[in-house]
Amino acid sequence: MTGYNFTLAGADLVALGSGALFWPDKKLLCVSDLHLGKADRLMRQGGPLLPPYEVKDTFYRLEADIVLSDAQTVVCLGDSFDDLDAEASLREDELSWLTRLQAGRRWIWIEGNHDPGPLSIGGTHLQSLPIPPLTFRHIPSPSSSGEVAGHYHPKVQMTLRGRHFAKSCFLVDGDRLILPAFGTYTGGLKTQSPELTGLMRPEAIAILTGKQARAIPMPR
Amino acid sequence: MTALSNRFETWLSSKNWRLHPHQVAMVDASSEAAQLLIAPTGAGKTLAGFLPSLIELENMHGNGLHTLYISPLKALAADIKRNLTAPVQELGLNVTIEDRTGDTSSHIKRRQRAAPPDILLTTPESLALLISYEDAPRIFANLQRVIVDEIHALSESKRGDQLMLALSRVQALAPKLRRIGLSATVDDPDAIARFMALDHQTCPIHFADAGAAPDIRMLHPLEHLPWAGAGGRYAIAQVLQEVRKHKITLIFHNTRAQAEIFFHALWLQNDDALPIAIHHGSLDRQQRHKVEQAMVNGQLRAVVCTGSLDLGIDWGDVDLVIQIGAPKNVKRLVQRIGRANHQYNAPSKAIIVPANRFETVECVAALEAVRENDLDGDPKGQGPLDVLCQHILLVACSGPFDPDHLYNEVRATGPYLGLSRKDFDDCLGFCTNGGYALRKYDRWQRLLYRADGTYVLRDPRSAQRIRLNVGTIQDTDTLKVRLQRQRGGKPLGEIEEGFAATLTPGDTFLIGGEVVRFESLREMTVEVSRQADKQPKIATFMGTKFATSTLLCDRILNRFEKKDWQGLPPDTIDWLELQDRISTLPKPGSLLVETFPRQGRHHLCVYGFIGRNAQQTLGLLISKQLELRGLAPLGFVATDYATLIWGLEEVMDPKSLFSLTDLESGLEEWFAENALMKRSFRTVATISGLIERNMPGQRKSGRQATFSSDIIYDTLRKFEPDHLMMRITRDEAMSGLVDFSRIRQMLLQIGDRIEHRRLGRLSPLSAPLFLEAGRVPVEGQALERMVAEEAALLMREAGLEI
Repeated sequence: MTGYNFTLAGADLVALGSGALFWPDKKLLCVSDLHLGKADRLMRQGGPLLPPYEVKDTFYRLEADIVLSDAQTVVCLGDSFDDLDAEASLREDELSWLTRLQAGRRWIWIEGNHDPGPLSIGGTHLQSLPIPPLTFRHIPSPSSSGEVAGHYHPKVQMTLRGRHFAKSCFLVDGDRLILPAFGTYTGGLKTQSPELTGLMRPEAIAILTGKQARAIPMPR
Repeated sequence: MTALSNRFETWLSSKNWRLHPHQVAMVDASSEAAQLLIAPTGAGKTLAGFLPSLIELENMHGNGLHTLYISPLKALAADIKRNLTAPVQELGLNVTIEDRTGDTSSHIKRRQRAAPPDILLTTPESLALLISYEDAPRIFANLQRVIVDEIHALSESKRGDQLMLALSRVQALAPKLRRIGLSATVDDPDAIARFMALDHQTCPIHFADAGAAPDIRMLHPLEHLPWAGAGGRYAIAQVLQEVRKHKITLIFHNTRAQAEIFFHALWLQNDDALPIAIHHGSLDRQQRHKVEQAMVNGQLRAVVCTGSLDLGIDWGDVDLVIQIGAPKNVKRLVQRIGRANHQYNAPSKAIIVPANRFETVECVAALEAVRENDLDGDPKGQGPLDVLCQHILLVACSGPFDPDHLYNEVRATGPYLGLSRKDFDDCLGFCTNGGYALRKYDRWQRLLYRADGTYVLRDPRSAQRIRLNVGTIQDTDTLKVRLQRQRGGKPLGEIEEGFAATLTPGDTFLIGGEVVRFESLREMTVEVSRQADKQPKIATFMGTKFATSTLLCDRILNRFEKKDWQGLPPDTIDWLELQDRISTLPKPGSLLVETFPRQGRHHLCVYGFIGRNAQQTLGLLISKQLELRGLAPLGFVATDYATLIWGLEEVMDPKSLFSLTDLESGLEEWFAENALMKRSFRTVATISGLIERNMPGQRKSGRQATFSSDIIYDTLRKFEPDHLMMRITRDEAMSGLVDFSRIRQMLLQIGDRIEHRRLGRLSPLSAPLFLEAGRVPVEGQALERMVAEEAALLMREAGLEI
């Protein structure tokens, strides 16, 4: 799979333009913060009536990555569902789609803060997943090393020769990797925010998502 | 002639006034359901509008709301209150007059709802709110009259559509309501009458005396005119001379940015320190008010402005109007001239200052059109559906409604006469549950359909959110600009959010005529300081991008055909005659296309004369076609009359580029990607209530409270491209900035009459395009390439390479 190649704690990883992470040696694909059912949740709370297609769209993109990478293990790194009721709001056809994706693969749901409990959907439900030399968890913990986490939805806002654009991004330094939010209706947190600048080392890089994954020094 | 009561006769003779014929006519017609006054100079307009009301109120007052007055400006409501209070007092009438706008305090608003005054002066937005209250029936029960001021301006915008819908509701609550419209000069008074009156109502039109014909001329430049550009700065010395000769001069610009630049440059040459101010829509409201007051008090000699001064305050003492840059639209020019100089029999004076050599042609055509009273009219399309959605929700806020009744009510209004039941139902469906083909939200619908056939809000608390959305028709996404200080610095105005996002600390820009430096963005406010050490950036403002009207373009082409050079400066004549020798002059009824090489690139110039927006769209579509054919286009630039495209390969067969079907399908594809559509979509989605606009103070942390409408646009495009919101966006884009309808019109007119001139070098008529700003690089890998280069550079600089 083509993407941006880098190493974390000795493991060779690839950051895909779609926002997914691929670990070729383990044939493992990892996505974070799907927030499935967000449109539903917003509407339940009296918010806007957004187009109810985000689950479809997220699965569409996820399926593309799974098929192209031929991953044997898929890790969903937490906040896979926007809240505990979101799972129930999935339609029949969406659930079957998910089951089809899971078929013949090892599927791991990591607990997030929005979906902190076990889900009734198939797959393994864990709080964190150690696969040496890496550990997969939802919220990064400052004292760890070799960790792959999500939670923060990092994004880069740039002005390039008068053109302004924003892209979600991965953040990488010697200790950790933070994945961008993969879900369709997810917003983002600027890399300049104190939560992120405090967490990542000065030499951290941001890998922009898009047609091609590209790295720049993390904007602070 | 209806006899006036003693009180009125006495009052008139005490002031030595006689009623104008149109004022008399309006009193005579006061029992008509609707009537329209066309008043070119605005003199006596207020009295004409209110006289029927005052006459009735002599004997019946204190019965709740009697007359409603609507104007597009909050400031105008305040002014009218002042102007009306004087005669009311002089007449000794016991009549209460109050205004109600976004600025009215909430405790006064509450009291007004409980005990309304006899006359209420308000804005379209405030009226929309009033109809949404549960006690709306009581508020409007005894309403007799409504006066809509500046209706010509309102009829051109969505605010007018919203107003007509709100009035249809008011009419349902007060069936005896009679309407009066007050308008400036327009090309088609009947269209305004149809806009204002309900379907079954007749509307007599009265014309106030237009006064003497205007004294309008073009400035003859003392130096050579620039070849291109829009500034008009070459004429500053002459402009100042005119300012010295007159009492008050208004200097109009087509865009806010141009006004800022001109104002800045003007002051650099203002050696006499004449008091000259600037006024435009993005400046802080208090600042604008100060300028207006100073004008009224005779403290200013000139104001550099945009259309922001077109409405509202009295220009009584203005005796000269200067238009910088070709007027683009004759009607607006005539309306402006009409407002100046109320001295009834003295002609109003205006000077047009062309900004460049080509504009002299446009200016001369405009002068001719003004003298012949030939005004441009672009027929208004059907009323927009996003405004209808907002209206349906507001009606729901006031109580349950029957969809059939509401449909009939809406369909009787001018803008929505042709509304199909299907479109209405689509809007209703959208309001109910989002209107998606995928029925996912039925449990949480916004509107419930009850057994008795009425619709009602499922959750009464959602009314508050819906009401907050009123006003989205007027506002754009702007951020306030303030001087940085410990506790809230002085507000200077507003800039577009898009522009603010491009600023980094240290960048400077012009606002209110001064250069300020961007310091930080804090809670939706742009903080600036006065240290300006860099060349200022040009802020973009969300003003309407005026394109030269079809009428003016046609006149120019006709002159070319007849080689009518009357009124043009010698420079311009030489240039046009050279064009005729080297190539040929564009003609009506056919399309001229030139190709020529220059500096290693091959150029294609298309002289469509369809206005800047349409020429820009044409540039996009043609360069896309060129790319598909492997002709490697690199970029293009557009003016009101031509598009110049350059690339690596020569275009041998340009005629084949103009098939209407090809261009239309190209447009569909282009719609998918581009930023203009997304911006249109965001406005449409906000007005109709799909997304809520950012309220100030909401964004406390870095996380967004609402995410970008772009994601919603992309999702709909992928999964439901025919959704109501997408249809509305597409319709708007076709006429607005994309202006495809003008391209279509042109292509249908020329048929296959395309004239191709293959030249060995650039033609005189194409020369100015080489100097024109606003070159558009052809998309493709452009952004990706830039990012790639930049990324590699940054990484190397930082010494990082993982």
